[in-house]
Amino acid sequence: MLLRHTKKEVKEREGLTINPAKTCQPIGAMYAALGVHGCLPHSHGSQGCCAYHRSTLTRHYKEPVMSATSSFTEGASVFGGQANLLQAITTIFSVYDPDIIAVHSTCLSETIGDDLQQITKKALDDGRIPEDKRVIYASTPSFVGSHITGYANMVTGIAEQFAKPDGEKLDQVNIVAGWMEPSDMREIKRLSKELGARIVLFPDTSDVLDAPQTGRHEFYPKGGATVPALESTGRSRCSIALGCISAEPAAIALEKKCKVPFRTEDMPIGLSATDRFIMSLSKAAGVEVPDEITAERGRLVDVMTDMEQYFYGKKVALFGDPDQLIPLTEFLLDLNMKPVHIVSGTPGARFEKRMKEILKDAPYTNFKNGLTADMFLLHQWIKNEPVDLLIGNTYGKYIARDEDIPFVRFGFPILDRIGHSYFPNVGYTGALRLVEKILGVFLDRQDRDAPEEKFELVM
Amino acid sequence: MEKIGILEGRQKQIYEKKEDEAAFDIKCETTSLSGSVSQRACVFCGSRVVLYPVADALHVVHGPIGCAAYTWDIRGAVSSGPELHRLSFSTDLREMDVIYGGEKKLHRSLVELIDDYRPKAAFIYSTCIIGLIGDDIDAVCRKVSQEKGIPVLPVHSEGFKGTKKDGYRAACDALMKLVGKGSTEGIGKYSINILGEFNLAGEAWIIKNYYEEMGIEVVSTMTGDGRVGDIRRSHGASLNIVQCSGSMVKLAKMMEEKYGIPYLRVSYFGIEDMSKALYDVAKHFSDNPAIMEAAKALVSREVGELYPQLREFRNELEGKKAAIYVGGAFKAFSLIKALRSVGMNVVLAGSQTGNKDDYSGLKEMCDEGTVIVDDSNPVELSKFILEKEADLLIGGVKERPIAYKLGVAFCDHNHERKIPLAGFEGMYNFIREVYSSVMSPVWRFAPRKGGLSS
Repeated sequence: MLLRHTKKEVKEREGLTINPAKTCQPIGAMYAALGVHGCLPHSHGSQGCCAYHRSTLTRHYKEPVMSATSSFTEGASVFGGQANLLQAITTIFSVYDPDIIAVHSTCLSETIGDDLQQITKKALDDGRIPEDKRVIYASTPSFVGSHITGYANMVTGIAEQFAKPDGEKLDQVNIVAGWMEPSDMREIKRLSKELGARIVLFPDTSDVLDAPQTGRHEFYPKGGATVPALESTGRSRCSIALGCISAEPAAIALEKKCKVPFRTEDMPIGLSATDRFIMSLSKAAGVEVPDEITAERGRLVDVMTDMEQYFYGKKVALFGDPDQLIPLTEFLLDLNMKPVHIVSGTPGARFEKRMKEILKDAPYTNFKNGLTADMFLLHQWIKNEPVDLLIGNTYGKYIARDEDIPFVRFGFPILDRIGHSYFPNVGYTGALRLVEKILGVFLDRQDRDAPEEKFELVM
Repeated sequence: MEKIGILEGRQKQIYEKKEDEAAFDIKCETTSLSGSVSQRACVFCGSRVVLYPVADALHVVHGPIGCAAYTWDIRGAVSSGPELHRLSFSTDLREMDVIYGGEKKLHRSLVELIDDYRPKAAFIYSTCIIGLIGDDIDAVCRKVSQEKGIPVLPVHSEGFKGTKKDGYRAACDALMKLVGKGSTEGIGKYSINILGEFNLAGEAWIIKNYYEEMGIEVVSTMTGDGRVGDIRRSHGASLNIVQCSGSMVKLAKMMEEKYGIPYLRVSYFGIEDMSKALYDVAKHFSDNPAIMEAAKALVSREVGELYPQLREFRNELEGKKAAIYVGGAFKAFSLIKALRSVGMNVVLAGSQTGNKDDYSGLKEMCDEGTVIVDDSNPVELSKFILEKEADLLIGGVKERPIAYKLGVAFCDHNHERKIPLAGFEGMYNFIREVYSSVMSPVWRFAPRKGGLSS
């Protein structure tokens, strides 16, 4: 047993993290920047950061992931990284020719004290940035928050640095995507179209990280939010932020800069959160909910009723990222299941507060986020109170194997299965997929463990 | 050669072999240009991959969470016993630690972990910001070592302090502190250490079995399926055999200097190099002819089994073209030979960390028209793969999807190999994997090579 070292007895740890349920900011910034069309993410730090982030995203998406690095040396760490970044900007525009460079910092450049705003301004003043090109930036120190914070910071940078406040208001709604998959973003666009709502979705990694095989390696795939669309966000009617942690900061930035009012919704995972999203968007866009969407909802509810007997009272442990855990927990409760253990490495009082609201009728739940809220703790909790199901990213497979628990992969990263890039978790269809997956592992388990006389054909 | 798409300042790191070319002066062992989409990693990565397979040691990453998260059990270095190395331990430094220093946190973490896990030793990796915030990890390690009575070894692997190769050096320095600390009692004359073999997919076991079959005692494998106790007594071996492009040559040199243990550089990939690795060791122990006899018998048996199997693959693979882009250049030599043995030609050979000698060697070995690159990037790789009409790319995790997008077959000869590629059985696996990808029916459906042909 790989995790044989995990002891049942839980004791306070002072800071030490064992088997993290998070990673660091820059990878989130890199992922967000890939959701802008023609954008090359740039990692201002050592080469390793960039290599690790690209490798992780590549393992998760099975797609090429392009990003440049400042390739810090000892000199840079003594004299500051300005020279590296200026050189990098020149190199990137002359060789890789993106429309946009999205620079994010790292623990190294932050500790040295590099000021990205000042350096990019200098690059502009020095004429290193061609006229029709842009360099945007976000500060993403690895020792603050988590990968989710990095995502939020880059999305905020995108919003702040592209949106133009001036001009006539446009009949459109901004949808700020929290950290979700390309498949989820595609589904948000489909639902909006079905509703007849005009939206600008950003970031948008669909058609970037789920690109088709074409016989070519497209350095800049066709997807991603375009510059005109991003500029127009400053004149939209309003914004809907999908996720209070990873999306709301960008909506706040748009309100500050361009007076675009916003509303924050939970990411539309599961029935209730999707209901709220659909209502919110229909109201914001001034459109009626069409029969087709009502029917989609109906199909989900139909399956939930058909199979309700299998969900009742099932104990679930889950881990992952805040904006996904919040609606997922709610959905599990809607399915009459018991989310007994929940951890997320991402710190934040806002997250805690929202979880408390969701969990108000589930006083039995262990929930912890931030420091030492890691997979080790989750495993200890599971040892103390066993569960029927584990939901989370690939790293859950160790616990699932050791404790022999049915396991549904959900979240980031998923390094050992495919599907997440292509089949959404959001919307009624996404919820149906989740139900299918959860039910699948339950019933497979029942089939596996049933004694012969109780092995059933019809379930 | 067309220079479009090649980074300015990169020309010197690319070479195309031509007849009568006067000077061969490839630039290498430099840091990457700022702004390049380099496929390389950092110092920390180098140290981590070398030390990580020591399975009964505690590996603690001192820094913000990322460095530990990204190196959590990614390499498939298999252990036959303890698996402590597959867990991820990090001091998870936060803003306050960056301001006030992380020494106390490190100390506390180490004490907690050593009490809980009772490891045989601990490796403490310093990441980028450790140097900057001034943590004296040497002092912390000394203190914990005294308190807990096990070796606690600092690994100076700040990411920016050089290239991945410097990380190898830092790892060797840490290992050297263990070497010589154990009893060499009972170690015989015909004994070796296997260095630079990380037991990916169980490869070290294959190699170890070969040597044991020859009547040779394997004192330690560094670091695949590694144990602290074995490393501590490794100075009792008569010979070090070193695989891989230099990741552990430094340790072999240090052990030669300090303990007078000679070393041989070997490769276990392909029939030719694998056989040579066995024969060279047998030659070293020439006073015992039984070892050479056993080596000959082993090779003859293995090759006898392998050849007919390879012949079938060769029928289909003959004349196909391969591109190779690997971490260390030394591996490229073996791969070129291995591919040649099934009739494939190498049209591109490159590495992340090769040195001048490696590249001159590659130049000698390669056919005319072969492109040789140091520290390449996706634009270059795509360009040469298309221009040279490669049918196969051999590379690592970041190269795989690029090959597939281009409609080119792929074989991972890096961390993500899932089956052993070393040894004679590994050669069969390797060629089988190459065959399965090159000849896959999927290419009938996929636009290929820039969409130009199918």
